[in-house]
Amino acid sequence: MTRYDEQSLAELLALLPPAPTAWVRAAQELPLLEKGLGEVLERAETDVEFRARLIADLEAALEAEGYDADPAVVEALRARLDDA
Amino acid sequence: MNEPPESDAALVARCRAGEQAAWSELVERFSRYVYAITVRGFRLSETDAEDVFQEVFARTYEHLDRLRDDAAIRPWLAQTARRCCIDRIRASGREEPTDLELGTEESEEQIARLDEAMDVRAALDELPEHCREILDGFFACDESYRSIGDRLGLPAGTIASRISRCLAKMREILEGRKVSSAASGELR
Repeated sequence: MTRYDEQSLAELLALLPPAPTAWVRAAQELPLLEKGLGEVLERAETDVEFRARLIADLEAALEAEGYDADPAVVEALRARLDDA
Repeated sequence: MNEPPESDAALVARCRAGEQAAWSELVERFSRYVYAITVRGFRLSETDAEDVFQEVFARTYEHLDRLRDDAAIRPWLAQTARRCCIDRIRASGREEPTDLELGTEESEEQIARLDEAMDVRAALDELPEHCREILDGFFACDESYRSIGDRLGLPAGTIASRISRCLAKMREILEGRKVSSAASGELR
């Protein structure tokens, strides 16, 4: 049985540093890929004009292009665009 | 002190019901664990570790409906991570994998140690927020006293004593768990 002295607690806490933020976010977005996130992101990477419209007005740009985006997808897109 | 966090089983059940927020929380809860298995347990390169990390969570997401025991999500993740790491090492075509890399006793010990570290992290979640920030910042994120102090608006000179007090609170939580587990007959 572990004796939880300061030293052992410190060692155990140090064993679990955070995973890189981008890895975590990509994993969190897995369910959203099948809801259209992947398609929009892929297009935004190659279509500069579409990307500019997304940045200017995300919801309007998605609607204009016929994407019926889930609110969680919109939120994830907004986070991605804000970071860019 | 904070309430104990939601159980793994309850969190998995919410994921299965399609709650995006629950899936995000599940990834957050286990991201350090899976990351540590790849880079500490199997010593993968960052590139391989990233691929395995994504693969483990993708498989988990796909198999949520087939988990036999929701409460056993952590061992399931560990087993999936092990398999993915071994596959990655074998597929890399580099030199013959070592016994350590292939998951022998030493890497099993490392994973057991990570399990213990996860239990300690669960106790961290029950501490007041300032304690969580201080302990995680100093021990897991390698932050200096000054950096922690600046972030939390505290004098850097007080961080060491706060660390000591927060560790003492954490020990109380962990020791309390042992006592209640023993009393309920979980420890034999």
